[in-house]
Amino acid sequence: MKRKVALTVNGSRREDEVEPRLLLVHYLRDVAGLTGTHIGCDTSQCGACTVLVDGKAVKSCTLFAVQAQDAEVETIEGLATGDQLHPLQQAFWDNHGLQCGYCTPGFIMAGVYLLSQNPNPTDDEIRKGLEGNLCRCTGYVNIIKSVKDAAQKMGAAKGAGTPVAAGGE
Amino acid sequence: MIPAAFEYERATSVQQASELLQRFGEDAKVLAGGHSLIPLMRLRLSQPSALVDINPIKELDYITVEGGKLRVGALVRHVQLQNSDTVKQNLPILAEVADEVGDNQVRNLGSIGGVMAHADAAGDYPTLALILDAEIVTNKRRHAAKDFFKDIFTTPLEHDELVCEVVFPIANGPHKYIKFRRRLFDWAIVGAAAQKVDGGWRIGLTNVGPTPVRSTAVEQALASGASPADAAEHASDGLNPSADLRASADYKKHLARVLTRRAIEQASA
Ligand SMILES: Cc1cc2nc3c(=O)[nH]c(=O)nc-3n(C[C@H](O)[C@H](O)[C@H](O)COP(=O)(O)OP(=O)(O)OC[C@H]3O[C@@H](n4cnc5c(N)ncnc54)[C@H](O)[C@@H]3O)c2cc1C
Ligand code: FES
Ligand code: FES
Repeated sequence: MKRKVALTVNGSRREDEVEPRLLLVHYLRDVAGLTGTHIGCDTSQCGACTVLVDGKAVKSCTLFAVQAQDAEVETIEGLATGDQLHPLQQAFWDNHGLQCGYCTPGFIMAGVYLLSQNPNPTDDEIRKGLEGNLCRCTGYVNIIKSVKDAAQKMGAAKGAGTPVAAGGE
Repeated sequence: MIPAAFEYERATSVQQASELLQRFGEDAKVLAGGHSLIPLMRLRLSQPSALVDINPIKELDYITVEGGKLRVGALVRHVQLQNSDTVKQNLPILAEVADEVGDNQVRNLGSIGGVMAHADAAGDYPTLALILDAEIVTNKRRHAAKDFFKDIFTTPLEHDELVCEVVFPIANGPHKYIKFRRRLFDWAIVGAAAQKVDGGWRIGLTNVGPTPVRSTAVEQALASGASPADAAEHASDGLNPSADLRASADYKKHLARVLTRRAIEQASA
């Protein structure tokens, strides 16, 4: 039997009728049409599906859409402001933090969560913060560099009084 | 894969959750953090007819110290244990273990009650609960940890019985939990715990059998003055681990001895 679910996705309120077994990731991709959140495994291990629910990074393949009732969900599509990329998106671009790009939305959302908890992480803290995300291409070195670069730019932007959401540099 | 269809209700109190479980019958299950249950449902290894979502139950979300005990509500998430000053002061080994369960995303949702109820052989908290003589308190009764982990994925919980809290003794002396694994976020291939309580050592092992193991032979050897290295030789006494994808039975016994020695040495250091 379908149930109503009402939640906010990237700032817009939505209400849909869904089956309880619909996973949040399928809801985002197939119902809300936001295909930036990827599915990389069947075992809750790869992190490609990472989104923020009420500010916390979660694997959207391991949560039913009905559980997101009244939650604020943020996906990769919600990060940029117009043409202005979020500092993490820009840093992945600048530092070759991706190759095929399949894992990238998950890494970036996990990175956004990491920097919200720890704005100035060491390399080891970045590695631990991203342990729930797997990449088959880059070898991780550039991913860590990207997060470090974003942290520095976001820190500098904050220091200079520039709003972080407005692009970072 | 897509899980099989099920009915879904939210509970806002323990009473209501128990009533819903009675109404839905034997094939209904509790949904807590979902980080053991949903992966099983996605593989269709589990096909409950109904899920009772206990996440909205506020009365199961607390960490307190009372009467010399640390009381942790069933819905406390790994991330809360990891960061809680109360846990760090009263049972630091629990915060350290929580820091190594899964990854950030898993820790944001998975709950201590879920780990206990699921009783996975590789679960980390059950080993601590066992060696510390913790109690698992439900809406019906109090279970001593030593009577709770009966077999792999098997506890005495009845189908309408909810884990409500886990009660640990306070222990902030020397301690160490070592988790041996291939990748950072993996489950333990073998885990070893050493905790000093009232001057004596408590030693336990994870994933060397269907349930957590308390290494009384090692504890006794230490009590009679053996060195950590000599005592740890007893860590594999009587063990009969099953081989799995990552380790043979012999290798697990080897790990039990090596990790036990390291845990005692590092706890003492
Ligand atoms: C990638 C990954 C890595 C992981 N690594 C580890 C690890 O290293 N160590 C580790 O210990 N765990 C690990 N886990 C498992 C994780 O800790 C789970 O959160 C935990 O095992 C189950 O807790 P949950 O709250 O998610 O429970 P759920 O998945 O919701 O439930 C699990 C079972 O317990 C029952 N249940 C849940 N809560 C209650 C309750 N209060 N009363 C009665 N029954 C209840 C459910 O009905 C179900 O049968 C990992 C999981 C993943 C996905
Ligand atoms: S799709 Fe792999 S963890 Fe969610
Ligand atoms: S860039 Fe290809 S999987 Fe990460």
